[in-house]
Amino acid sequence: MSSTLTIPQAQAALDAWTREMVAWHFSPATGCDYWLKWAEQAGWNPLKEITCFADLTKFSHFDDEVLRKEQPERFVPKAYAGRPYNVFETGGTTGMPKQRIGWDDYKVDYEEFSDHYGPDFFPKGGNWLMVGPTGPRRLRLAVEHLANYRGSSCYFVDLDPRWVKRLIAMGEFAMARKYQEHVIDQAVTIIRHRKITSMFTTPRLLESLAERISLVQAGLKGVFAGGTTMTPQYVRFVVEEVLEGKINFAPTYGNTLMGLAISRKLKPEDNYSLTYYAPQPRAILRVVNPDRPEETVPYGEYGRVELTTMTREFFMPRFLERDEAIRRPACDEFPWDGVGDVRPFQSLTKTIIEGVY
Amino acid sequence: MISPLHIPILRLGRPYQSLDKIEFTAAGRRVEVSMANSGLIRRDLQGLERAGAALQAIPCATLASYCEKAAELFLHGELPWGLGDERQSPEDYVVALSQLTGLPHSLGRANMGKVHAAMANIRAVLAGLTRGLPLEMFDRGYIRQGGIDVNFFPQTESLGVLLPSNSPGVNSLWLPALVMKIPVVLKPGREDPLTPFRLVQAMIAAGFPREAFGFYPTSHDGGDALLFGTGRAIAFGSDATVKKYAPYRHIQVHGSGRSKVLIGDDYADQWEQHLDVVVQSIASNGGRSCINASAVLISRHRDALADALARKLAAIVPRARDDRDALLCGFANPSMAKGINERIDELLQTPGAEDVTARYRQGPRLIEAHGQTFLQPTLISCRDPEHPLANTEFMFPFASILEVPQARMLDVIGESLVVSAFTRDRAWTVDLMTSTNIERLNIGPYPTNRVQWEQPHEGNLFEFLYRRRALQGDLVAV
Repeated sequence: MSSTLTIPQAQAALDAWTREMVAWHFSPATGCDYWLKWAEQAGWNPLKEITCFADLTKFSHFDDEVLRKEQPERFVPKAYAGRPYNVFETGGTTGMPKQRIGWDDYKVDYEEFSDHYGPDFFPKGGNWLMVGPTGPRRLRLAVEHLANYRGSSCYFVDLDPRWVKRLIAMGEFAMARKYQEHVIDQAVTIIRHRKITSMFTTPRLLESLAERISLVQAGLKGVFAGGTTMTPQYVRFVVEEVLEGKINFAPTYGNTLMGLAISRKLKPEDNYSLTYYAPQPRAILRVVNPDRPEETVPYGEYGRVELTTMTREFFMPRFLERDEAIRRPACDEFPWDGVGDVRPFQSLTKTIIEGVY
Repeated sequence: MISPLHIPILRLGRPYQSLDKIEFTAAGRRVEVSMANSGLIRRDLQGLERAGAALQAIPCATLASYCEKAAELFLHGELPWGLGDERQSPEDYVVALSQLTGLPHSLGRANMGKVHAAMANIRAVLAGLTRGLPLEMFDRGYIRQGGIDVNFFPQTESLGVLLPSNSPGVNSLWLPALVMKIPVVLKPGREDPLTPFRLVQAMIAAGFPREAFGFYPTSHDGGDALLFGTGRAIAFGSDATVKKYAPYRHIQVHGSGRSKVLIGDDYADQWEQHLDVVVQSIASNGGRSCINASAVLISRHRDALADALARKLAAIVPRARDDRDALLCGFANPSMAKGINERIDELLQTPGAEDVTARYRQGPRLIEAHGQTFLQPTLISCRDPEHPLANTEFMFPFASILEVPQARMLDVIGESLVVSAFTRDRAWTVDLMTSTNIERLNIGPYPTNRVQWEQPHEGNLFEFLYRRRALQGDLVAV
């Protein structure tokens, strides 16, 4: 289901939502201890000075280290006091993890994701399989909720990315490979013995699965994938060969702090280049100049990805992601900017290990 | 505007144009190279059985004749540039290779000659590798030799090769595999996709089945897919590469060569007569090969030999790419030259070493000339084998020179790909021949880059790909 708003209407809705969320998070009756204390020392009053989304540049970039250092209780909005929360941790972090707490945001995000696709894309009522990082991650609950929301149940095969990173750091490449094989073995067993029609997995695991079995012959109808860089060639390979041109493919970009950015439907002129659109107004992605992050880059150019998340549960202004992307314009599905061909920040100048997943 | 030339991936013979590509300019033309994602390689390797069957269907003697024909096509032929109808002449190849790798045209042609010779002499090469087994062994799987039935079987259905970019001549290593009926899966070096592609085109044109060739320009990740997806693989790289792949028996890793010239007691006083052989060992092929000497050990007269060598090496100066006398290679990546130069200067701070070539060199070691960045030949005299420059290797004519008693030389050389030992001393020759540190040994005043077709170059490809098994009983059915 595409957005029905025009570009100006979407911008007006974002500005209104920004005012509403700032009022929520900086009012003593509803805000959390972290942001209220922050406002006391900020030297300016967000309630007065933030009147639209553009005003958020008055905030400096959110430092996600606070999610590691601070106790999660400090982020509980007053309105949620007394209600137990979920603790979600970010992907492959080692050491003390970064944690985001939440209640219903993941359900909202994944219901919206589900509504974007028709009933047959991931057949309603068919079983799901998730192969990927479960554990303390938002994704695990989110995928199960997605399946349930579509009238389905979900099987799980876990992959612990922290262990994979540690194996690679130790030079234990053979063991990392064996671990991946172990994950794939389990997934193949489930696919062979249960009626699976939809799946979430990482692109790398998806490839490995398809090296073992034909996913088409196994009865898969829809695949939702995310987690690592997907170049146009990679997407083409997945669509044409891994999914044999017969399985619906929903590539996504997301993380614990954002939620889920949906990719617009590929057209021939895209030449398999993906563009993702954040779940605005709850999360907003901008592609900014790395040297002057208050400015966005022109359309068609690479810049660093900046994320702002504004829900009643969580407020995070202007977080600079460790990714870069091409700034792309609004499309007929989403009346706001998109981010194209996402890749690790400065990946052309640094060596990045993305691991097996 | 003229459309760019495009070098495709060869998916076991089938050309494939990737959306990921790298671009370069050669001879005024834009050239694109398709890059393979790792999953694509793993997927293709599942079809290797078909590739092997295509080779198996052709008698080995016929394959050898195809190889001989391919030698001529590689050296003289107009072969496909990439996708489309455009043909690449030998001159096009040499000019483009020079732009990509910095190799002057003269050395490009010399390398072509080297690869041509390896192909043209394929029967001698195979005889050397198999110790004279008749070619029909590869057709029947066994042969009767000296009254004994000898059976060899392939240990792999393919040979994966991660090629370097430093010198095209290295491609001669994988060529015999195809005549031995083993398909090849190649990852070209980033700066030299041209040589393996031209070779594959020559071999296909000569009669080899196209499905026997995988050609995958790719990333490190894709390289791993290739190494772990083939039953036998060869990789070239740094010491770090060697360390990474050392635990895997199916991967033969070639790191730094650290080849050496050892001048024994009986030759030490005649060093002047052999100066040119030592210079050739250090500087041939622009000093880019692992078989170039990177250390010279002599039991006495170090300083006199160093001075004389330095004079000769310093006379090798940068010249234009198309200068017939050019012997030095430019660096396609100038920052690499800068890094090497800084490293040498840094290590020279450790006491006990002198850059002897600095006495005679025109200008600094790192120099811009003829539109390229060069490192001029460098000879470092070291007082101690433990000095950090005493046993190292760089991709230009670089060597250390040390005075070490003959009796101690084998204790200090460490692992060395080639050793040329100038000696007639019987006892020391035995020590040399039993040393586990030497991969290839030349006895006598021969350059380290000497090639004899009947001798294996690095390891023995036949023994790497095939294994002997006991065969007894009734062979009438075979």
